Amino acid sequence: MINSSQKLNPKLFDKKVEQVPIRQGFGEGLLEAGEKNPKVVGLCADLKESTKMNLFADKFPERFVEIGVAEQNLASVASGMAAMGKIPFISSYAMFSPGRNWEQIRTTICYNDRPVVIAGSHAGVSVGPDGGTHQAIEDLAITRVIPNMVVFSPCDHIEAKKITLASAELGKPAYIRLAREKTPVITTMDTPFEVGKGQIFYGEEKGKADVGIVATGALVYKALKVAEKLKGDGISAKVLNISTIKPLDNESVINLAKTCGAIVSVEEHQIAGGLGSAVVECLSQNYPVPQEFIGVKDLFGQSGKQDELLEHYEMGENHILNACKKVIGRKNS
Amino acid sequence: MLNNLTDEKIAFLTEKAKEIRISIIEMLVSAGSGHSAGPLGMADIFTALYFYILRHNPKDPFWEERDRLILSNGHINPVLYATLAHVGYFPVKELLTLRKFGTRLQGHPHREFLPILETSSGPLGSGLSQAVGMAIADRMDKGKTSDRFFYCMLGDGELDEGQNWEAIMLAGKERLGNLIAIVDRNNIQIDGYTEDVMPLDSLTHKFEAFGWHAEEIDGHNFSSIIEAVGRAQAVFDGPSVIIARTIPGKGVSFMEKDYKWHGNPPGTDIPGEPPKDEQAKIALHDLRTLGGQIKSEHE
Repeated sequence: MINSSQKLNPKLFDKKVEQVPIRQGFGEGLLEAGEKNPKVVGLCADLKESTKMNLFADKFPERFVEIGVAEQNLASVASGMAAMGKIPFISSYAMFSPGRNWEQIRTTICYNDRPVVIAGSHAGVSVGPDGGTHQAIEDLAITRVIPNMVVFSPCDHIEAKKITLASAELGKPAYIRLAREKTPVITTMDTPFEVGKGQIFYGEEKGKADVGIVATGALVYKALKVAEKLKGDGISAKVLNISTIKPLDNESVINLAKTCGAIVSVEEHQIAGGLGSAVVECLSQNYPVPQEFIGVKDLFGQSGKQDELLEHYEMGENHILNACKKVIGRKNS
Repeated sequence: MLNNLTDEKIAFLTEKAKEIRISIIEMLVSAGSGHSAGPLGMADIFTALYFYILRHNPKDPFWEERDRLILSNGHINPVLYATLAHVGYFPVKELLTLRKFGTRLQGHPHREFLPILETSSGPLGSGLSQAVGMAIADRMDKGKTSDRFFYCMLGDGELDEGQNWEAIMLAGKERLGNLIAIVDRNNIQIDGYTEDVMPLDSLTHKFEAFGWHAEEIDGHNFSSIIEAVGRAQAVFDGPSVIIARTIPGKGVSFMEKDYKWHGNPPGTDIPGEPPKDEQAKIALHDLRTLGGQIKSEHE
């Protein structure tokens, strides 16, 4: 059952659960960070409405720089501003930043250890009709591999807002993965949040279960629904929400493996290099257990509706459910 | 400050530039790898900047009000390191640690090892963007009357990188009067002469089209360098670029104007060049006796 200590949305499993785009939380968080700290500045590559940076730009036009469609310049100009004591937030679609400008992020931001926060919107195949060119499903891999970088992947707009506010105070380079489409609201403002800490959203923190689902981003909602369905089948599951991909909360991941003995990782991202990879890097050294991976299997995206695409790329609820049953079978064989 | 250049001062700068060139050869020979032509060609401009133009204090390297020098073409860092040492930021003898394990003087500049650097660089084309960001931040804090200047050193070959033109466009749009770019127009890059690899002329017209004040100078003439920077400082409603015509390998007879010395140190086997064991000796001899003005105590 839902972990009551996490103070999640009480209407989580209602048919008409409230839905808000995750990027909205970034926009609101940046506005609040800007109100709190005059050093916060915003830079955008011709997508300020899409990335919700317009909330900040409208309130603080003198602290906003429109860079134009030039993501490489976007990253390095931000690095220069950070060198002068600013806390720059840069936003674009994830495919272009950190996609197009990866080397500039590596060299001018991370190699210099400048506190630039990169907000990549429209991540995942759920972007839908725009097609594969605009569906960033490699962004976690390419950011988490860079030293000094902190990598976030919020599960809803409220968590995105908390992450944005926390990023302004990190003093480190950070990447925040955002989704465009409306996403069920899982958490509340009262849900505990700490950088680098995973949270058990479903099941008891110290109790045992048949399977542990470790999930990130918008698919955390589907993982919770699967856990609820499994309960109906007499199977117990725990769901660990990981919103800080790096540094990974090793303790929570190891604890999940110890209490469940079988893991399913769930992410709207290539299986290679994403959350599932980070989890197995941790567990193979500490507490190896059978693991199944929900994610994109070395393919590009394509046009379609969100649910059609999640089904096609085997990231739907049934796929998560079957992966849970499969991994329990592996554990018991 | 830039209007009282005396003959004595020019003689002092000329002497300093020669010392810096000698250090460049010595450190490259000691390292056994690295770039020769660009550092030698830019020695006069770096000397003019650090010994005359820049507002900075080697005893207080993090002074907030200092001018910033951003080296975009990081591969010419022997000239930056040598100048920083000769102007007093660290001991000259440390230059011989260039490119060796544990050194602060990494093969390409890295702030983590040498924090007095304004940035790390090596991959070409991103320094100007950083200088633009610094200049924008400065204007946010101090308004258009800021008297800090942001100098960005660019190679000509590196202007092949598209990111430069993104930055050039933005600097023009933002009318950054506190930004001064200096292009090392030595006409060579690794694969050959710039106009064969990827034509750049006319650089002044290109910059002007993007809203910059642009002028070309002789990059080995201290009066020209200092007067051009003075004019660039006076342009307060837009960015300025100085296209400095330099001779790659300046001061070393067999390296001058020869692109084969872009990416190689003295001591490299190159057909048609002096035997590798004699290159360092010839280079130091050239530098120490140039114009008969330099003492040659190590002959």
